[in-house]
Amino acid sequence: MPWAQSMKSLLSLRRGVAPPANKNTASSSIEPGPGPEIVIIPLQQHIGPPCDPLVKAGERVLLGQKIGDSEAYVSAPVHASVSGEVTAVREHPHPTGQDVLSVFIKSDGKDEMSPEVRPPGDPMEMSPEQIRVRIREGGVVGLGGAAFPTHVKLSPPRDKPIELVIINGAECEPYLTADHRLMVERSADIIKGSLIIKRAVGAQKVIAAIEENKPDAIESMSEAGREYGIEVFELPSRYPQGAEKTLIDTVTGREVPRGGLPMEVGVIVDNVGTAAAIQDVFHRGVPLVERVVTVSGDGVARGANLRVKIGTTFADVIDFCGGFTGQRGKLIMGGPMMGLAQYTAEVPVIKATSGILALRGETLFKDEPAHFTCIRCGRCVRQCPMDLMPYILGSYSDAGMWTQLEDFYVDDCNECGCCAYICPTKNPLVQLIKVGKEGVARRRQKMESFEEATSKRK
Amino acid sequence: MNMTEEDKPDKDEKAKREELLTIGVSPHIHDADTTARIMGWVIIALLPITVYSIYIGGMSTLIVVVMSIAGAVVTEVVIQRLRHIPVTIGDLSALLTGLLLALTLPPRIPFWMPLMGGIVAIALGKQVFGGLGHNIFNPALVGRAVLFVSWSKYMTTSWLVQPKAAVVNTAAIRSIDALTKATPLYTMRLVRQHTLSLSASRYYKPLLFGNPWGCIGEVSALLILAGLAVLLMKRLVDWRIPVCFVGTVMILSWIIGMDPMFAALSGSVLFGACFMATDYVTNPMTVWGKVVFAAGCGVITVLLRFYSNLPEGVMFAILFMNGMTPLIDRYIKPRPFGHRKAVSEA
Repeated sequence: MPWAQSMKSLLSLRRGVAPPANKNTASSSIEPGPGPEIVIIPLQQHIGPPCDPLVKAGERVLLGQKIGDSEAYVSAPVHASVSGEVTAVREHPHPTGQDVLSVFIKSDGKDEMSPEVRPPGDPMEMSPEQIRVRIREGGVVGLGGAAFPTHVKLSPPRDKPIELVIINGAECEPYLTADHRLMVERSADIIKGSLIIKRAVGAQKVIAAIEENKPDAIESMSEAGREYGIEVFELPSRYPQGAEKTLIDTVTGREVPRGGLPMEVGVIVDNVGTAAAIQDVFHRGVPLVERVVTVSGDGVARGANLRVKIGTTFADVIDFCGGFTGQRGKLIMGGPMMGLAQYTAEVPVIKATSGILALRGETLFKDEPAHFTCIRCGRCVRQCPMDLMPYILGSYSDAGMWTQLEDFYVDDCNECGCCAYICPTKNPLVQLIKVGKEGVARRRQKMESFEEATSKRK
Repeated sequence: MNMTEEDKPDKDEKAKREELLTIGVSPHIHDADTTARIMGWVIIALLPITVYSIYIGGMSTLIVVVMSIAGAVVTEVVIQRLRHIPVTIGDLSALLTGLLLALTLPPRIPFWMPLMGGIVAIALGKQVFGGLGHNIFNPALVGRAVLFVSWSKYMTTSWLVQPKAAVVNTAAIRSIDALTKATPLYTMRLVRQHTLSLSASRYYKPLLFGNPWGCIGEVSALLILAGLAVLLMKRLVDWRIPVCFVGTVMILSWIIGMDPMFAALSGSVLFGACFMATDYVTNPMTVWGKVVFAAGCGVITVLLRFYSNLPEGVMFAILFMNGMTPLIDRYIKPRPFGHRKAVSEA
């Protein structure tokens, strides 16, 4: 029913939050990033087991050469983003917080292409399986932030037919404009990449979903998509509009079941950056060795949208943009709502780095309460895009009540941060929920091993 | 190569700036609203009615307001000092409790009563439960309830006509006053019992613009609605609570044969629905929970109004539903996203 649909979208519109957009770099064109002397390429840049190194210290590598791969299905190879000499293969801080085995390459400045880099031929004449193989070889993962290997995403099981591909151009995180600029400047490539995705999954339709606050992106994408019958769906500008499940709900009205994947409702969502990367793999043969990164925030001299080589350190990127300004505050990979605060600027740009955000110390938020205090205003419940009860999750987690946490579906939380953003007492709700998830997992493990032990005794 | 030797920061500087980076879990930005800001806006929403009431009631009203606020704020400080915890009067919640209490009191009562009410509201209504956010009952109403049952003489017989408000609509008031010497609500009860016949609509104007019978906060329905408008515009309260509360009272009053408009405007329904039932701490967290809560308040108000010997039922209705709130929160929960299918399969 159309009226029910519009009522529903009206209701769903109220969830989420509307933080100041701060899209300061929305009109700066994508420019080439720094030419680093050394790149540090982590062997894990995707969800799944890490890659094994294919090169040793002292070896010469070429741009686009595969330097790490894994036997595992859910993984994607990594490639050299410069030509030069491998100086070391050792552990190095990774933006996600751990130390990860990484390949250090000293650039010779020539960016000499590997002979592996060549276009594989017309994707429209390939079988879906061949397309997936090429995408895997190109090291393509979801560039929206989750970094899920794309070839896995594009392999739906036979009983889950995909009818719709949604190209995600929501970019609802404040500050970030990388996808926005990509849609303005490379709309044709995104459209072609999405057609390859469509062919790989056998979908009937492609929709490009873009937040209405990017009129230039909407215009250029509709222009580029017209020829192929790809429509643009204008999304309300609200965080977290780009979250996969929320996006599918807004565009199709279908709810992805709890714990399920979008394919359960016949949909595949891919980021615009991923689509462009796929087009690069097929058109130019270049694997994923660079990506567009938004550099922004009041803690950096100049905001910019840069095409940065994977493995360039954050420090190099910040220096390229004129260095830090003001007191040191936070250095964040991603946007301010879900981004990861870094403890060192020596971490490298990885495939999932959509932005580097420097917030200066003077304006940094520091007023978290010492204890969990709740005035029961109900905002977190009202705004939660997953319809959970964050205040209960927070207080139960604070009290270590893991069993009860499970009853309130703590695992359904996608940590979008709306609750912690809107909370008037500024409770660190996302932190408490993360702790709670850990606690629930630990408890579950304990229970399982306990059950195992008792059943053995019998 | 874009970088020259000069551009590269030296090692010392690099080491220094790494030391200074802050880490923390996302989100890294926060909404500007804080507890103090919310309380401040509620106080601003209450200001017109307070000022108008002081203008009408004069010194005695001012004393009630000041004493009530003083009692509440001082008690908060004293108890927090005794508990060796940070004093939080800066969040303005104690001030708001004091003001809310004052607005539910009759304008002419001895000065020690609002003081007592303020102390009780904070001490027994809030701090014994653990402070802000932990109380089950609305603290201001706890204070009022204690005053009401302890010194009911003062709380009920001072429902006297205020001379200045009479300026607003002298004719109507004179006639009513001459007839009954009672509050409009009581008059209407007599009307319902057919001992008196009177049109309810003649009360509309004084109730809207200058109510001479009610408590401090009931002096003008119009100003209460103006305060509600402020709260709604700042998105501080859920519109469902006042709408469902007043709506239920109107419908039920109409069913039992009273003028619904009069039922909504007279007594403390409007003030209670806009400022007391919407208290964050003591009403349910979910949208449907709030609807149930507000409707429950409405039902109990009408029951107490017309089937008990209390002059008005709003206070006990809200307090009763406050007590029901944990139960409502237990049974009315949102359906988490994506759970529909799981339910239908089960």
